[in-house]
This record gives sequence, C-alpha cells and structure tokens, in this order.
Amino acid sequence: MSMDEKKIRLRLEHISQSYVVKNEVRCAVDDVTLDVYDNEFLVVLGPGHCGKSVLLNIIAGIEKPVAGQMFLDGGRLLKSDERIGMVFQKLALMPWKTVMANVEFGPEVRGVAKGERRAAAQKYIDLVGLTGFEKAYPNELSGGMKQRVGIARAYTNNPEILLMDEPFGQLDAQTRYAMQEEIMKIWEMEKRTLVFVTNNIEEAVYLGDRIVLLTRCPGRVKQVYPIGLPRPRDTVDPQFLRIRKEISQNTDLAL
Amino acid sequence: MKETKYKVEVDSLTKYFGSLHVLDNISFQVRNGEFICVVGPTGCGKTTFLNLLTRIYQPTRGDLYIDGQSANPKKHNIAFVFQEPSSIPWMTVEKNLRFGMEIKKLPKAEIDGRVERIIKLLGLQDFRDSYPHQLSVSSEQRIIIGRAFAMNPDLLLMDEPYGQMDVKLRFYLEDEVIRLWQELGSTVVFITHNIEEAVYLAQRILIMSNKPTTIKEEVSVDLPRPRDVADPRFIEIRKHVTDQIKWW
Repeated sequence: MSMDEKKIRLRLEHISQSYVVKNEVRCAVDDVTLDVYDNEFLVVLGPGHCGKSVLLNIIAGIEKPVAGQMFLDGGRLLKSDERIGMVFQKLALMPWKTVMANVEFGPEVRGVAKGERRAAAQKYIDLVGLTGFEKAYPNELSGGMKQRVGIARAYTNNPEILLMDEPFGQLDAQTRYAMQEEIMKIWEMEKRTLVFVTNNIEEAVYLGDRIVLLTRCPGRVKQVYPIGLPRPRDTVDPQFLRIRKEISQNTDLAL
Repeated sequence: MKETKYKVEVDSLTKYFGSLHVLDNISFQVRNGEFICVVGPTGCGKTTFLNLLTRIYQPTRGDLYIDGQSANPKKHNIAFVFQEPSSIPWMTVEKNLRFGMEIKKLPKAEIDGRVERIIKLLGLQDFRDSYPHQLSVSSEQRIIIGRAFAMNPDLLLMDEPYGQMDVKLRFYLEDEVIRLWQELGSTVVFITHNIEEAVYLAQRILIMSNKPTTIKEEVSVDLPRPRDVADPRFIEIRKHVTDQIKWW
C-alpha cells in the first residue's frame, strides 16, 4: 500500500510559532505543513534548537501556535486531547511512587477502577520488559529502565497518537541502541501512530517509516525522506549508511 | 625506575571496593604518541578505570607507570577531557587555553606560541576573546580539548568527549582531534561507548569485559586516514568489536 492510499490521522497546516524575547520576535517554527498517516512511525529530525520540541508541544496542546491549524481524523484539534500521549526526554517520573503507581497514574486520575487500570498497566510493564520491577522506585532503575517506565506509562493511557520527544537523548550510545531495538519491538506488537523527535540521524534512519528533516531555527520542513529499508534495520548495512550520509549532507554543521 | 620503551604502562591494575571486585588485573602498554580507544559494555567499570589512571583512586593491586616511573600527578603531566565541558566561565577562550600552562609556570613566550598554534589549529581566531557561554557546547568542548593538547601531556585521557553529538558534528570533531594529535604527537587514551567512533579514531582498540573488568581483546585498526565508515574493512572491524561487547 503506498502512502497516498494510507489514511491520514493527523494533519498540520501552516503551523507557525514565535516568542517575544527581549522585545524581539523570535520565530521557532515557520509554516510547517505535514500529514501523519495511520500507524506510521514518523521521525521529526533536526539540529538542536530547531523548534522540533516546540512542534511536538503544539501537537500535544501544551502550547498554542501563533498561526496554522491542526486536524485529528479530520476534526479540528484546538487543545490537548486524550487521544494523544507523550513521552518526554526528562521523564518526570514521580520519585515517591513505584513503577506500577507511575504507570497506572493516568487512568487513576481519570477514575478508572483499580482492577482495570492495574491490568492495563501490567500489560505494558510486561511489554517493555519490566516484569518484576513493579514495586521498584525510579531511583533504583537505570536510565534505560526509566525510559521503559515512561513508555509503559504513555501506552497505558491508550493514546491513538504517541509523541516522543528525544526519549533516548540522555542515554549512552549502547543503551540507546538497545532502546531503539526495544521501541521498534513494542511498536510492532502494539502499532500506534507515532511521532518521534530526535537530533540523531542514525536513530532516525533506524526507526522511521518517513523522516521529516527540519531546518535550523526557525524550523521549516526542509525535506521528507521515505525510508524503505526492511526491518529490523542494520546500522552498518551499505544502504543504511548511504541514506545516513545523504541526510547528513543535507544538514548544516551545527558547531 | 624500570627500563621501558613504552610511554605508559598499566600493570596488573586491580580494584576492589570492599568485596565488590570492579577491575581485575588490567595490563596494557601505550607507545609514545599512540592513540588508543577503550570500549566496553555499559556499566563495565570504566569510570573506576579512569579514576585509577588519573590517580583519584588508589589501586588495590598493580600500578600505572609513565616513562617507567610510578605515575605521579605532581610530577607527570596527565590531562583529561570529560564528557561535560569544563571550561572556566569567567575566562575568555584565550585565557582558558593559557590557564593550565600558567599553573605549570611555563615561560610566557612558550605559552604564547602554543596558544597561537592551538587557536589556529581549531580555527578559533575570531573567538579568542569570547567567553564560554557565548559558544555552543560543541565549541566549548573544542576549547577544552585544545587546552588539554596545549599542555603537551605525557598522557591525555578523554572520557567520551563527544557524548551524544550527532554523526555530522561528531565526524567533524573527530577529524579535528586527529589533526591535533597528528600535529602535536600526544599519547591519547580515549574512552567511548560508540564503536564507530573507536574504529574511526584508534590505532588500537582495547575491549573491556563485564565486571570484574579485564581486557578481553585488543584490536589493531590498520586503516588509512581519513577513514571511510562505509569501507567494508571498517565495517568488519566495527561489527567484530560490537559483537564482543553487545549486551543488548
């Protein structure tokens, strides 16, 4: 099935965002138009401070754009929506709550009965490979394990659209590879429409069905790359390295 | 003092914290002017290893020798670069570069000469009077690396200085560190989690095991520079090293 026939879940039309800094208007996101297809793994790639997190915050309804419109399944998206969930780089896990209590927090706040929310939380704790750690506290976990908790928590809210903001940005290179393999496994078992933000080209090529490359600040869509490589992808495959190089050559050196 | 042809010798380095056995009998030698990378699985005790090399910790057994003498930070010149840039915020780029040499009380003319050379090698002529906060994290790290090379160290230790920088930036900085090393001939031990980086930089790669950590294998990387990451020989070494440490 080609992308054209795929169902559009999320549509961004001419989204712009700017801030006033020291009496000057600074543009962060400039006229971004983008479709995200059903069950697509879309990667938004850009250098530091290019407005990619701002774009994600706008989709999540955390901030309002100065211009442009968004649609979810054809309906206007004006504020934060239960159908959209987010995983942050800085996880904001509650340190005084166990893994289970962190993961089931969303449904608990919404008043879901204990048995039901426990079952959902347990399902995703198992899925991310944290079985046996339900009673552990965040400070007892490694960086990669904390990220798993964040992913399980987002899934437990059962969103249709999952947003991930550089979730692996603070992990070492090896743990990062491990988590990339892990998120791919989880996504293949539990397909969601996923928008994943990163500044790491290799990570983008490993994960994405499509990569949307943004320019440096303000963020504009520079190019969209469909990645046709079969999964699981091999980071030293010549094709993989060729695409990584092609994208790398199309980015600015952010010294 | 013992006779040696090596600049740095690590001999049976062993470290226990109480009953926890972290490092086990690590031995290797580094020739003068050699560039070595150390890789190992996450959590393999590399921080302890580094802290022993810098003499922050004392080994339980074994020792580190520089020019055949037990290493002594008061006598030997050991420079380090950490993952987080450690420039001095109230000093300009140039003053940051001078700082270590001034502490060592080098003659002014010598300091002037070395600073000019480093600034030129880094292409930072326009930034000599800037302060670190006016630079990006990557440029700040370039200054720190320049400062470490400027010391003409007996041993230059680098602990993942390019952390999670993206490939494009990483290749640029790696080329720069190679240029500095080739020009200045320092003896470098570079620790990284990134196997591609190790194969790109090193003359020799030391592969560490899980705890209690020992050196599992040495791989020599005999590829011409600048290296091509898509070269099948490069990929073969990268795969081999990855297989040795892969825990995920």
